[in-house]
Amino acid sequence: MSISTPDVIDLLAGVKPGSELDRIRAQRPQTREQAQKSYLALFQPSDPGDVSVQERHAVASFVAGLHRHPDAFEFYAAPLEDQAAGTWLVEVLKAEIGRAQATGPYGRYPAGPLTAEDQEGPSYRTSEASRETLGPRLAAALEHAHLLVFHPRDASPEALQALLDAGWTTTGVVTLSQLVSFVAFQIRAIAGLTVLASATKRAAA
Amino acid sequence: MTEQVIATPVKNPPIIFTQDEIGWTPWIAPLAEEDLTERHYAGLVEEARAKSPYFRLLVRDPEVLEARTRTDKDIFYNTRTGLPRAERELAATAASRFNGCIFCASVHSRFASHHSKRKQVVQRLLDEGVKADLGERWNAIVAAAVALTATPPTFDQAHVERLNAAGLDELDVADVIHGAAFFNWANRLMLSLGDPTPAR
Repeated sequence: MSISTPDVIDLLAGVKPGSELDRIRAQRPQTREQAQKSYLALFQPSDPGDVSVQERHAVASFVAGLHRHPDAFEFYAAPLEDQAAGTWLVEVLKAEIGRAQATGPYGRYPAGPLTAEDQEGPSYRTSEASRETLGPRLAAALEHAHLLVFHPRDASPEALQALLDAGWTTTGVVTLSQLVSFVAFQIRAIAGLTVLASATKRAAA
Repeated sequence: MTEQVIATPVKNPPIIFTQDEIGWTPWIAPLAEEDLTERHYAGLVEEARAKSPYFRLLVRDPEVLEARTRTDKDIFYNTRTGLPRAERELAATAASRFNGCIFCASVHSRFASHHSKRKQVVQRLLDEGVKADLGERWNAIVAAAVALTATPPTFDQAHVERLNAAGLDELDVADVIHGAAFFNWANRLMLSLGDPTPAR
């Protein structure tokens, strides 16, 4: 299964075999291989443990939507559509993405000289209606994902306790945190390489 | 049955960006060193990391930690070609400064200073923020890292042109992209799973 999975960063950044960008990526073979292995470990885990594969894709779709990256959203949402009630879940995720838009990073620093750099921004809660479809675990995960995506310096022990109270385990919280943070990395690698690919194409033209 | 955070208030926490060797303490329980199995050690990649509460927390998901660690090492240590190490660390520091990760910024500003021998210039980035004037080449790297760190990212053609004008070729630019992108992974973990602690 994993052997046939395409390299996600190449796929979404439009890196074609034999292109200048392909040659540049080939000079960091471990980066390329291990970024893909990180993706596989998170989305095709040998043992999903405390976080279901559906939860993983739902959170990743939400994170991609918050980054306003439609291709990454489609990529992560597509496997959900194949599941029972998946189409409805994707509609709810789209509605929540619409409600959750912001521009980051913002947030507060510990009180002191950096307080002058504090920036206010929205705290996000899922709607009551969406919560019925999402359930308490996924609703809590989306709220935490929003915090991590847009205002990570507002993070707190209370935010982690909210996940634990919603039924997440400590190990599940680690997997969730890795997943949101990984997708934040992956989308930036894709966004950066997409710009660079068009720059190298223009230079070659 | 519900698990609990283990957070306790940190006395005298770091409240400014610094190159001092500050520490970090988790809000949820790491694995105990004596409970680590072979699979956990494989996830840690380096045995010495078993001493770190941060890595003993992340190793609860060893598969992800192993792939992440190997990604990290190639992005920062594979310097036979491409951008010098100091400037990869600068990109990491700029992302950390912009996101507000005091701990990450401390570690990677030290690396940037060590490899560039320009500690005072690096300190300006910490003191004044991402608009500090560090000279055009470093300004271009910081601006690119910051644009990529914004959510949604605002990195565009103009950033690539500015980096090219400052002497960076395509591989160098790819190294800036990876260095900054990777710290958007690291910053979120460090900021959301624990607190920085004062230098000893």
